[in-house]
Amino acid sequence: MNNLDTTFIATALVVVLFFFLVRYDRQRRPEAIGFFRRNGAVVGGYLILGVGFWLIMTFIMPMVFMVDLSFHHKLPPSKVGGPEDVYTLDNYRMFLFGSRTSTESLNWLHLRSFFATIGISMALTLITFAISYPLAYYMAQSAKAQQLRVLLLLLIIPYWVNDILRAFSFRILMAENGFLNGILQGIGLTGQPIDFLGQNIALYVALCYSHLLIMIFPLYNAIDAQDHNQIEAARDLGAPWWHIHLFIVMPHAKPGIGSGMTLCFMLTAGAVATPLVLGGPNSLWFTPIVYDRFYQLFDWPQGAAYAIVLLLACIAIVFTVLKLAGLKLGEIAK
Amino acid sequence: MTTAIELEKVRITFGTFTAVHDTNLDIRDGEFFSFLGPSGCGKTTLLRTISGFTEPSAGVVRIGGKDMAGIGPNKRPTALIFQNLALFPMMTVAENVAYGLRVRGVGKSEREQRAMKLLDQVALTPHAHKKISALSGGQKQRVAIARALAVEPKVLLLDEPLSALDLKLRQHMRRELREIQQRVGITFIYITHDQGEALNMSDRIAVMNAGHIEQVGTGREIYSKPQSAFVASFVGESNELPGKVSRISDGMCTVDTPLGALSGRVGGDFRVGDAATLFVRPEQLRLAAPGGDHAFRARVDDLSFEGSMTHLGLDTGLAQDCAATLMTSNHESLPEIGADLGLSFNPLDAIVLKSGAPAA
Ligand SMILES: Nc1ncnc2c1ncn2[C@@H]1O[C@H](COP(=O)(O)OP(=O)(O)O)[C@@H](O)[C@H]1O
Ligand SMILES: [Mg+2]
Repeated sequence: MNNLDTTFIATALVVVLFFFLVRYDRQRRPEAIGFFRRNGAVVGGYLILGVGFWLIMTFIMPMVFMVDLSFHHKLPPSKVGGPEDVYTLDNYRMFLFGSRTSTESLNWLHLRSFFATIGISMALTLITFAISYPLAYYMAQSAKAQQLRVLLLLLIIPYWVNDILRAFSFRILMAENGFLNGILQGIGLTGQPIDFLGQNIALYVALCYSHLLIMIFPLYNAIDAQDHNQIEAARDLGAPWWHIHLFIVMPHAKPGIGSGMTLCFMLTAGAVATPLVLGGPNSLWFTPIVYDRFYQLFDWPQGAAYAIVLLLACIAIVFTVLKLAGLKLGEIAK
Repeated sequence: MTTAIELEKVRITFGTFTAVHDTNLDIRDGEFFSFLGPSGCGKTTLLRTISGFTEPSAGVVRIGGKDMAGIGPNKRPTALIFQNLALFPMMTVAENVAYGLRVRGVGKSEREQRAMKLLDQVALTPHAHKKISALSGGQKQRVAIARALAVEPKVLLLDEPLSALDLKLRQHMRRELREIQQRVGITFIYITHDQGEALNMSDRIAVMNAGHIEQVGTGREIYSKPQSAFVASFVGESNELPGKVSRISDGMCTVDTPLGALSGRVGGDFRVGDAATLFVRPEQLRLAAPGGDHAFRARVDDLSFEGSMTHLGLDTGLAQDCAATLMTSNHESLPEIGADLGLSFNPLDAIVLKSGAPAA
C-alpha cells in the first residue's frame, strides 16, 4: 500500500467518523425538515459538494497525507512504496532525543525552542489581548459612528501590507542604526543603541502587531453585542470601572475573547515569515527549525513530524484553556 | 417633611438641542413621585441627570441636601431601574441581586443571605439559582427591583419599568410596586407616559412637555385643576372648545366659541379678547331636558354601552371630536345614533385655559 492509498482510506475513515459524530451528537428533531427539502436540490447539492470538497481536498486529505508521511523514512523517489518504505517512529524520536537510535539524552536544542515558542506565544497572546481589549471596548461601547469608521480604516489599511514586507520594514525600523534607535538616542533616552533584533524584541513586537486585528475583531463583535445599559447598571450599583470590565464585560465577551486568543495563539506559534526575518542570531522560534527540516535537510517526513508535534501541542493547549474557561468550541465560532 | 431631591434651574442640552429647560423641583423624602409626559419630552434625560449619568449643562442637583456636581453614578445614593431592566445574563438571579453588595466588598455568605432575603420579599426564592433567561417578564421585573433595593438606596429611580409587560401583569405590578415602596419607605421616582399608571400610583406627579415641567401636584389636582392646556388634554379625556374670552368676573369667565358663549373657571392669567380654550371632561357633560336650557347642541355619531357607563361620540361641527360619558342608571332611555341633543355642564366643572400647542 503506498502513501496515496493510505491517505485516501484514512480520509474516508475520517469523513465517516465525522458523520457518525454529528449524528450521535444531536438527537434528530421529529419535525425537522429534510436538508434537501429545505434548500432545494440545486442549492443543497452545491452546499454539500462545495463544503465537502473544501473540507476534504484542502484540509483533511493534505493533513492525513502529512501525518502518514511523518511515520515514514526519508527515501529517494525510486524507493517510495518499495520494501524499504516501512512505518517508523524515527522522526518523532529525532525530535525528542536528537538521534534515531539512542534515547540517552534529550534533544534539548529543539525541545527548548519548542517550549519557548509555546510559552512566548502564550505571553504574546496575553499582551496582544491587553493591547486590543481597551481598543475594542472603546470601538464597541464609546466611539461615535464617525470615529468608529476612521478607527476601523486605520486598523485595516496597515494589514494590506503583506507579512514579508512588514517584517523587513520592522527590521529596518528597529535595526541598530535604524529609525527607532535614532529617535531614542536623539531624545536622550539611551546612550547606546538598543539591540532590538538580537534580543528578539523586534520579533515579539512584530508578532504582536501582526495579530492585533485578529484579536480586535472578535473582541469588538462580542463587546458590541452587550447592552450598554448593563454597563451603566453595574456602575449605578456602585461598581468601579475595573470591576465592570472584569465581571460584567469580560464574562459577556468570553466567547469573543476565546476566539481571538485562540486564533492569535495559533497564528503566533505557527508564524514563519516573521521569525525568519526578524529572529535574532539566538532566536529560539520553532517554525524556522521545521522550515529547515523541509528546505535545508530536504527531509520532508521529519519536517512533517515536527510540524505535527507543534500543531498537536497547540491544539491541546487551546482545548485545555477553553475547558478551563468553561467555553465550548461551538461558542467561540459565534 | 425633608427634601430628598432638589433640582435648581437644571438645564440639559445636547449640542444645540435643549432636552430639559430650566427646571426647579423639590421631591420629598419617602414619596412616590412620577414624571408623566409623552415620549421624547425629556423624562429619561432628567432621570439620568439625577442618577449621575448625564451632567446638567446648568443648575444644581441636590440629593439629601448635598450638591451632586462631579459625583459619579456609582457614588450616588440612588439606584436606577432601566427601561429594559439591564439584568446581567451571565449571572444567576441571586448573583444579580447580590452584585451591588459584592461591589461593596460584602462577604460571600452575608451577601447571599441578604440577597435571599430580598428575593423572599419579591416572592422569587424558588428561582434564586436560575439564569435570568429562564424567568418570565414579571419575574425579571422583580429581580431588577430587588437588585436595586439591595444597595439600600435613598432614592429608587424607575424608567418606564412596566412598559414591556402585558396589560394584566402591568396592573398587578403597579400594585406591587406601590406596596414595595410603602414597605421600604424610600423615595420612588417613577417615569411613565401612561397617565393611568401615574394617577394610580403616585403621591405627586410632574407633567412634562417638550423639556418643561408644566405642572406638579397630586393626581387629583392635576386631573381637576389643570394649569395648562397641555395638562388638560394630556391627562384624562377632555372636550376642547376654543374661542375668545368675552367676559371675566369673580374667577369665572365666558368664552365665545363657535358653539356659543360658554362659561368656566379661569385657569390662567388672561384678559378679555385673548384666545382661550374651554375644557370640560366627558363625565361632566349632561343631557339637557328636551326644550330645556342647554350650553350647546351636538349630534350623536357613536354610542358605546359599557354597562354602568355609556360613552357618546358627539359631532358639534367643530374640528375636534367631542365625547360625553353618562351614568347609565341616571337615564331612563339613552339617545340614539343620529339624535340631536342639547348638552349642559356646570361652569364650575369647566376650566378655561390659554390655548396652547395640542398635546402629542
Ligand atoms: N445623548 C443624547 N444626545 C442627543 N439627544 C438626546 C440624547 N439623549 C436624549 N436626547 C434627546 O432628548 C430628548 C428627550 O429624550 P428622552 O429624555 O429620552 O425622552 P423620554 O424619556 O421622555 O421619552 C429627545 O428628543 C432625544 O432625542
Ligand atoms: Mg425614556
